[in-house]
Amino acid sequence: MKVQDHVKLYRREDYEKLFRDKREFECPYSEEEVKKVDEYTKTEEYKEKNFNRKALTINPAKACQPLGAVLCALGFKDTMPFVHGSQGCVAYFRSHLSRHFKEPVPAVSTSMTEDAAVFGGLSNMIEGLENAYALYKPKMFAISTTCMAEVIGDDLNAFIKKAKQQGIIPEDLPTPYANTPSFTGSHINGYDAMLKGILSYATQGLRTIKGEKINLILGFDTYSGNYREIRRMLNLMEVPHIILADISDSLDSPNYGDYEMYPGGTSLEELKDSINSKATIALQKYSTLKTGEFIKESWGQSFVNIPYPVGIRNTDLFIDTVKELTGKEIPQELIEERGRVVDAIIDSYAYIHGKRFALIGDPDLLLGLLSFILELGGIPVHIVCTNGDEDFEREAYEILKREPLFGSEGKVYIKKDMWHLRSLLFTEPVDLLIGNSYCKALWKDTGIPLIRVGFPIFDRHHMHRYPILGYQGALNLLTLMVNTVLDELDRETKDSPSFDVIR
Amino acid sequence: MLRVIEQDTEKLIEKIIENYPEKTKKERKKHLIYNDPECTSSICQIKSNVKSRPGVMTSRGCAYAGSKGVVWGPIKDMIHISHGPVGCGQYSWWSRRNYYTGKTGINAFGAMHITSDFQENDIVFGGDKKLEQLCREIREIFPLAKGISIQCECPVGLIGDDIESVARKMTKELGIPVIPVRCEGFRGISQSLGHHIANDSIRDWVLGKVKGILEKETPYDVLILGDYNISGEAWSSRKILEEMGLRVIAQIPGDCTLNELTNMPRPKLILVHCYRSTNYIARYLEENFGIPWMEYNFFGPTKIYESMRKIAKRFDDKIVEQTERVIERYKPLMDSVIEQYRPRLEGKRVMLYVGGLRPRHIVGAYEDLGMVVVATGYEFAHRDDYERTYPELPKNSLIYDDPPHYELENFADALKPDLVGSGIKEKYVYHKMGIPFRQMHSWDYSGPYHGFDGFPVFARDMDMAVNNPSWKLIRRKGR
Repeated sequence: MKVQDHVKLYRREDYEKLFRDKREFECPYSEEEVKKVDEYTKTEEYKEKNFNRKALTINPAKACQPLGAVLCALGFKDTMPFVHGSQGCVAYFRSHLSRHFKEPVPAVSTSMTEDAAVFGGLSNMIEGLENAYALYKPKMFAISTTCMAEVIGDDLNAFIKKAKQQGIIPEDLPTPYANTPSFTGSHINGYDAMLKGILSYATQGLRTIKGEKINLILGFDTYSGNYREIRRMLNLMEVPHIILADISDSLDSPNYGDYEMYPGGTSLEELKDSINSKATIALQKYSTLKTGEFIKESWGQSFVNIPYPVGIRNTDLFIDTVKELTGKEIPQELIEERGRVVDAIIDSYAYIHGKRFALIGDPDLLLGLLSFILELGGIPVHIVCTNGDEDFEREAYEILKREPLFGSEGKVYIKKDMWHLRSLLFTEPVDLLIGNSYCKALWKDTGIPLIRVGFPIFDRHHMHRYPILGYQGALNLLTLMVNTVLDELDRETKDSPSFDVIR
Repeated sequence: MLRVIEQDTEKLIEKIIENYPEKTKKERKKHLIYNDPECTSSICQIKSNVKSRPGVMTSRGCAYAGSKGVVWGPIKDMIHISHGPVGCGQYSWWSRRNYYTGKTGINAFGAMHITSDFQENDIVFGGDKKLEQLCREIREIFPLAKGISIQCECPVGLIGDDIESVARKMTKELGIPVIPVRCEGFRGISQSLGHHIANDSIRDWVLGKVKGILEKETPYDVLILGDYNISGEAWSSRKILEEMGLRVIAQIPGDCTLNELTNMPRPKLILVHCYRSTNYIARYLEENFGIPWMEYNFFGPTKIYESMRKIAKRFDDKIVEQTERVIERYKPLMDSVIEQYRPRLEGKRVMLYVGGLRPRHIVGAYEDLGMVVVATGYEFAHRDDYERTYPELPKNSLIYDDPPHYELENFADALKPDLVGSGIKEKYVYHKMGIPFRQMHSWDYSGPYHGFDGFPVFARDMDMAVNNPSWKLIRRKGR
């Protein structure tokens, strides 16, 4: 039996008729009117109105702070992300992260309701800690807040103290916390606040003994493959290291036929030991601002912020930084790897050269991608960053200036959303669009092929398991880009003599 | 026929709740029962619709999810503002699969995330001015939007904004209905209050306030209420009703327009699909307009035939006869689906944990395929939902109300189901456990599952989950 599901059913004549007949009750605008407005939204005039918006946000490429805090918490072994506030938020974070990683995401809420709004959430916090500790036996709670708890001004520190005083949870159970109001910043700031909270809590009162290790912070990075790739490179260089907030095993765990709630993450021993490292390298800047300040000031440790190692130049920078900090030589294997990826780029450049790009995503990701696109001879045209600030804008222009031949057309739009980008794509079309899964709406409206990079990626499987960082990541991105161009070329030429088998 | 499962459910419950702290144990105990369909005493009643205990990892959402995500979100020709910080709208964006026809961003606005993106200033100084400006901008940017709803997120109610007066002012100024919905996430204890609030806002701000058009009425006018058109299944239900000779004057809220909402007081009979989320407005229409309503179930042939006949009986002989002809026409197809899939699924044990109506409604469809539902439960049901559930399930089956992750995992360990049907938060837990799983909120990106067109898809998908060879690849640790 040939089963027809939604993909085929609604193209069938019986359903087409059903849709036509239903219009009688819908009181719809006429097809001409719809077409007229559709065309109007593609014009310069509409773009101007669209860019004049002051209060209305449409399809933004950002999430809220506690989501970042939960992701950060998941990067530590035996740690329960614990969110103080309304319970719906946690249901959302868990769903959102599960849809991207295709993995279970544990997190608990203190389930605050109206009475907590009036009396505060102390009893919710206390019972929440008691229950979660009894049921899920974490070795650490990483506590963050939803906007409800922030608006009513709950005092996290006092609440947690009280829970410990009452013997609800052991005195020595680590309970780092961070205020993560969703009405400032975005998920990247929540990640930052939580990481700073965890580091400061775990190393409180510890004295620094300068060791040989290097700490790595990847930032709000949703590619489990990136963590593995960075670790592989450091192992090749024989650099002892600690990856902080390492989600690679907690959000990409092996299937052994058993559910394990805490399958991975930075161990609590490593976490404590991180204060003794020689230096911390952060691969993102905008998701580690507070954490970096803390490491420099409180630990007195050298904190090196390098650009997100996307592409050859940024990966070189990463490796050089590691070499400089540790005195380790660059192993032959990495030199060969670099050579192979450069060779691959040279084999493919003809399909990327001169291609015009639009990009939307988190600030550090965009900076990394910009650098890589310029290495390939691509032309970044629209660079949209909903959660970017003026610093990001300046940095992006600096990168564009590095390659005037390719970078001079690029325009950076901070605090803009996907509906702004839609106008740009109609008034100044490009060849390729880079963004998350939600950008498929832009692909649908404009026909510009979408290269899925960033977060979330819901509608393609396993992309987060493949690194986009390092030389290997550059190869993965290159392959993705060039094959998107080639797929498009086949589509474009399938009814013409240009439909070649060798490209 | 009384169906019985041989399992000591009572003992199992005792064992599972042992690990809870005293207070939570006492509370959770009341939310777990073994089914006895013949028992009428209150000891056989499960406790429901109360607060989840903090920290237990409930699957429940919030009132905003119940209003914006469920009831209002699918009204396709209106803009639904996620009013407050950016997250809520982000996480509920384009995720529920409530299908619609129309051009997104032009005359339909379902798969969009429209928000006031509250900043600190809005919290400190209030968001009303911004909301006004935002409504004006919607009028400019989306000229074909038929109306606006304001879906409140937590902070709005906490800072004391007066969105009702903004709504009244903007309705006047913009010439389209602007509807305030007080569905702040901290209200109530689950999605359920959000459904209720959304129902009330339709009653108070649409009915009698917004003018609609319905050219004529016929004796065969019905209205589908509480079908969210997940993967388009309100359409596959509509098709059956139309084939029976009925006229569906509105489909609410899946693929619904503002005009269809205004048709609410006009049908001869209201057909309620999701009782939980729409019984409020159904009762209101019954009390105030004298329109009768009835529930129906279009999952699996047994229930479809039963429901079709029950609906037809409310009309004349012409409809009754036509209904029999429709059943006759589809029966061979349904029989062949069962013939193909039943041998592959016979006796398989199913554990369910879903939302509004499915924990009871899909039981029949599984039984059509020879499968046994050994456990079921709801995220946010009330007493009346459970009363509708007991007769649908075999004796001794386990019923849980708002079970935390901990309970579900342990029940699954003990019951060893062949298939679990639940949501995205549960899905990958069971994948790791090596237990076949289907998402039963979104139909796991498949569907439809309702109606004659849906049942073959349902059967195919359950077979796919249970019998896919990949489960055999799992090598357990230490073996």
